[in-house]
Amino acid sequence: MDNNIVLETQSISKYFYDPVKTEVLKDITFTISRGEFVSITGKSGCGKSTLLYVLSTMDTDYTGKLIIDNESMEHKSEKELAYIRNEKIGFVFQFHYLLNEFSVLKNVMLPGFKSNKLSEEELNQNALNLLKSLGIEKLAHKMAYQLSGGEKQRVAIARSMINDPLIIMCDEPTGNLDSKNTELVFEIFKELTETFNKTLLVVTHDLYFADRTQRIIKMDDGKIIV
Amino acid sequence: MRIKHITEISKALILARWKQTLVAAVGITFSVGLFITLLGFMEGLNQLLDGLVLNRTPHIRLYNDISPSAIQPIDMAPEFNKTYNFVNSVKPANARKEIYNAEAIIKKLNSDQRVLGVAPKVTAQVFYNLGNIELNGVINGVDVTQEAKLFSFRDYIVGGNYFDLKNTSNSIILGKGAAEKMLAKKGDIIKITTATGEQFSLKVVGFFQSGIAEIDKVQSYASITTTQKLMGKSSSYISDIQIKLNDMSQAPVIAREYEQLFNLDAEDIQTANAQFETGSSVRSIISYAVGITLLIVSGFGIYNILNMMIYEKMDTIAILKAAGFAGSDVKKIFITISLSIGILGALAGAILGFALSSLIDAIPFNTASLPTIKTYPIDYGLQYYSIAVLFAVATTYFAGWLPARKASKIDPVIIIRGK
Ligand SMILES: Nc1ncnc2c1ncn2[C@@H]1O[C@H](COP(=O)(O)OP(=O)(O)OP(=O)(O)O)[C@@H](O)[C@H]1O
Ligand SMILES: [Mg+2]
Repeated sequence: MDNNIVLETQSISKYFYDPVKTEVLKDITFTISRGEFVSITGKSGCGKSTLLYVLSTMDTDYTGKLIIDNESMEHKSEKELAYIRNEKIGFVFQFHYLLNEFSVLKNVMLPGFKSNKLSEEELNQNALNLLKSLGIEKLAHKMAYQLSGGEKQRVAIARSMINDPLIIMCDEPTGNLDSKNTELVFEIFKELTETFNKTLLVVTHDLYFADRTQRIIKMDDGKIIV
Repeated sequence: MRIKHITEISKALILARWKQTLVAAVGITFSVGLFITLLGFMEGLNQLLDGLVLNRTPHIRLYNDISPSAIQPIDMAPEFNKTYNFVNSVKPANARKEIYNAEAIIKKLNSDQRVLGVAPKVTAQVFYNLGNIELNGVINGVDVTQEAKLFSFRDYIVGGNYFDLKNTSNSIILGKGAAEKMLAKKGDIIKITTATGEQFSLKVVGFFQSGIAEIDKVQSYASITTTQKLMGKSSSYISDIQIKLNDMSQAPVIAREYEQLFNLDAEDIQTANAQFETGSSVRSIISYAVGITLLIVSGFGIYNILNMMIYEKMDTIAILKAAGFAGSDVKKIFITISLSIGILGALAGAILGFALSSLIDAIPFNTASLPTIKTYPIDYGLQYYSIAVLFAVATTYFAGWLPARKASKIDPVIIIRGK
């Protein structure tokens, strides 16, 4: 119970049936402990994103067991999974998906609206603090579509952190950024794990980026090799 | 999840597509407005047309019908009571049209809780004399006050005051048609001959116009006392008792009851005027059908716009779901969008409906047969407003329901992968 394991998979397999039955994930088993900074690398098409969608509870069509915070995700309803996603998982995409209808601040606060644990003022303050620690507090009241790619990615990171999740998952967070912005994001992640003891799971193609994380999970053709 | 945040997200989505949502809302506004106008106008006309007859008709009329007695003398003879008796060519005896003991009956009726009011009446067959020519006529002897109270008598009096009938002795209010034939003006003295051949002079104090030409050619009004005098009857002579009830629909039942109780003939308004009810209800059904069709059509507008919005906002929905919003939250957001379009559109529609109704209400509508009507009739009944608004909101709810369900079912993985 009082172990430090945040996320655990037990022989997770997944098939795609279209156009032919192919096994994209084969018997994936690993654990991630609190405070770890883990990267997943592998050839394009080896199933990294697919694995991340399974781990994030958005994709439920797999066999095997997924345990998050000592709680099995088996037989959970869509509503319960949404709740867990909201409480315990932060997600950052490659294409820094923000809601263009909202300001930067509202974008960051959004997951907090769902969890509804804090008052509006506290949530607002937390979001501002996050933006400040990411060095973009000036942008708080800009609309999301007015930002540059690097700025958007930082807003997305702030959003993934607003509910103080157990683990933050990122799918190629630096795939669209130049080396300067990539470095910036890396520094942020490093600080998150080292200073704030956050747990990070990052899919990346950038080997230089991966080499500097604490642990690399290498994938090939749906399997974990190291 | 707080309602405040659902509405905040909905509002942002609406504002991002405010032109389309405005179009959808305007669609609702128009259909609600037209629904209210159409029904108010139709119901106004219905009430006008029904009023032409129903206002003037008692809910129950008590009278003595002239018919042959069901029991003939031979049936009463003890030696023939075991036989079957045939009597041919039975004629009514010299039956009295008079209602016996009318005063006591009226008193009893007035104490009945279900009765709104009672007006006695005496009808006299007369001839209007025009030189050599005699015109058929009927003089209704009425209790002026009761007649005005129960049967909107004053609405049908043109050129004169109904009250003069009571204050001036030997006065008459002539039917408009009859008056035109006689070239009678107010203040003129006209001559009539009663059925028994006696001649009388009566002073014209006004004219009566019911809107139905056939009636106006024949019917005139005088006070009960004047009419009793014409007929040479005592002041207790009453030929009809007209009853207005609190609830018109009870008339047939109560009529049967009074028939038994007073041993008189009783005619209820439903039997007397069956065709008017049917006409009104058919007109109402047609207008409701048209109005509701309008509302449903505008519901399709909302359905379209919401569907479009969902296709455009796939990314947004996917992010919300990835951030931990459940399908039900997404559904609530889109239902909120749909309902806000519906509620805003419907409220604006209620205002539009009132404006259009007032506009029609101001259009002059003069017709010789309807002296009291100056503009087109409109019924401002609150029920049309509430039906229209409720129905519009319900329509938008259902129109939004399908797209909202679709949105809630969107798989974020497919959207995110598709980028
Ligand atoms: N919906 C689908 N139906 C069928 N096959 C799919 C589907 N989605 C992905 N695949 C296949 O599954 C495999 C794994 O895809 P995935 O997106 O996980 O790869 P990846 O490792 O993230 O690659 P990349 O580094 O290019 O992002 C690929 O071969 C892909 O073609
Ligand atoms: Mg991928």
